[in-house]
Amino acid sequence: MIQIPYYPGCTLKNKASNFETSALAAARALGLELVELPRWNCCGAVFSLSSDDLMRHIAPTNIFLRVQEMNRDHLVEDEYRLVTFCSMCFNVLRRTNQRLRESLEDRNKINDFSYLETETYQGRVEIVHLLELLRSMGWDKIQERVHKPLTGLKVAPYYGCMLLRPKDVGIDDPERPTIQEELLRSLGAEPVDFPLKLRCCGSYQTVPDKDLVANLAYDILSRAQKAGAEAITTSCPLCAFNLDFRQKEIQEKYPMFLPIPVFYFSQLMAIAFGLPQEVFGLAGHYANPRTLLATKGYLQATSPLEGGEG
Amino acid sequence: MNEPEKMDLITIYILSRQYHVPAGSTILTALEYAGFKLKKGVGCREGFCGACASLYRLQGDYKLHGGLGCATVVQPEMQIVQLPYTPAPKAIYHLEELEPVPEVFTHLYPELYRCLSCNTCTKICPQDLQVMDYIQAAVRGDLEQAADLSFDCIQCGLCSARCPAEITQFNVALLARRLVGRYLAKKGKYVEDRIKEVEASKFTAGYQELQDLSPEDLKKRYFERELNNLIF
Repeated sequence: MIQIPYYPGCTLKNKASNFETSALAAARALGLELVELPRWNCCGAVFSLSSDDLMRHIAPTNIFLRVQEMNRDHLVEDEYRLVTFCSMCFNVLRRTNQRLRESLEDRNKINDFSYLETETYQGRVEIVHLLELLRSMGWDKIQERVHKPLTGLKVAPYYGCMLLRPKDVGIDDPERPTIQEELLRSLGAEPVDFPLKLRCCGSYQTVPDKDLVANLAYDILSRAQKAGAEAITTSCPLCAFNLDFRQKEIQEKYPMFLPIPVFYFSQLMAIAFGLPQEVFGLAGHYANPRTLLATKGYLQATSPLEGGEG
Repeated sequence: MNEPEKMDLITIYILSRQYHVPAGSTILTALEYAGFKLKKGVGCREGFCGACASLYRLQGDYKLHGGLGCATVVQPEMQIVQLPYTPAPKAIYHLEELEPVPEVFTHLYPELYRCLSCNTCTKICPQDLQVMDYIQAAVRGDLEQAADLSFDCIQCGLCSARCPAEITQFNVALLARRLVGRYLAKKGKYVEDRIKEVEASKFTAGYQELQDLSPEDLKKRYFERELNNLIF
């Protein structure tokens, strides 16, 4: 087992707990023990663009210091990579790290302000998205672990914004990403390309303007369906929420729309690896994923009305 | 009894005015020595009630410190002001109508989510609590951790007075502890047993038993209660 520090972020502890359970289990199946930081705070969710307000960059810096503390306390051994799953957390953490690495003045100011901390931060931590970690292991390694290949499952990988932009922090080509496609292929699924895989889902506009986000989600989902997709994957809890839960409003506006399941990529990994059903986290969905999975033979058929976890 | 002229006096500043007070005084006794009559901002004088929150700075130190007036010893050139009360929103709720879910804070203390994780609250806490950590536990809906980390809070209010995000940390923590106590904590059978005893008018035997203990045995009993799996 390789032990690497892991930052969950707030959403994975409640609304997106199915992302966490499936990703941790899938990682474990690959010999990766992702060790949660013993202390952590919210990353801030959105990277602050104000150049003169360092207060907004303290939260991620605290998180980097926790990685140093894990090394100091031998919870991990000389491991300064910090793995995260959520696209939003990933983006905030990597961009803040980039800023702190580039600016000694910013680092010094924040370190001085945070005088209760036992260490200072000098830019040592490396932020790694789980997809990057999988790519670095080699897709053949993922493929070797597959017990139940997702043969015949047509999946449209959706990227959204935070995994790829800005270019110098993104995990893949910002215009033509392939990292999710590579993963899906190694799981035995058939990736479906569609033109809106980089389109913004509407993000936090989902709070003040459901209708706007329902329209965006409808565009994205219906284009994926036209391209033949039976399911969507994402690595962002906010994208997942908008694409999945706004299907309620979409169905009201567009009665011909057929619901389409939205997965975290890790859920499909857990299924393909043949892990126990309780780590799939299929209860936390709006568009019921069970029927599709059962039809394809990946899951024992259950009543669509059943609400239990797993 | 000490003769006044033999008393070792030090210079301090209360509300910017210079006073000479006996070395070794607490902030409260120094205030009284200086002639202040304490009607508010004083309570149990045992570091437990949180009524005597004070702010001070020390010579040659830019940091603003928080302390309890009854438990903080004055130092030469100390600048002191009491801050016995911090105006704070206090949500009105019926515990029975709430659920122990993360969203409970969204409705009652929405400003909680303005937390920047700057740790200013932790810096000022006279109880040395990890205030930011319990607020962050509340942010992510971890009620048990929020309750556990805030257990020793005495609601002095200094965290809230200093918070750049204007959160009322101590009231958030109170809500977390109430929800944990009402819905999530294990129920100790000994409480039920004791209630039955009280209902049967058995009031004094337990107190008498404690009163008869030596201070050492009493301390032992006090600390042993936390080891009792029935409670935690």
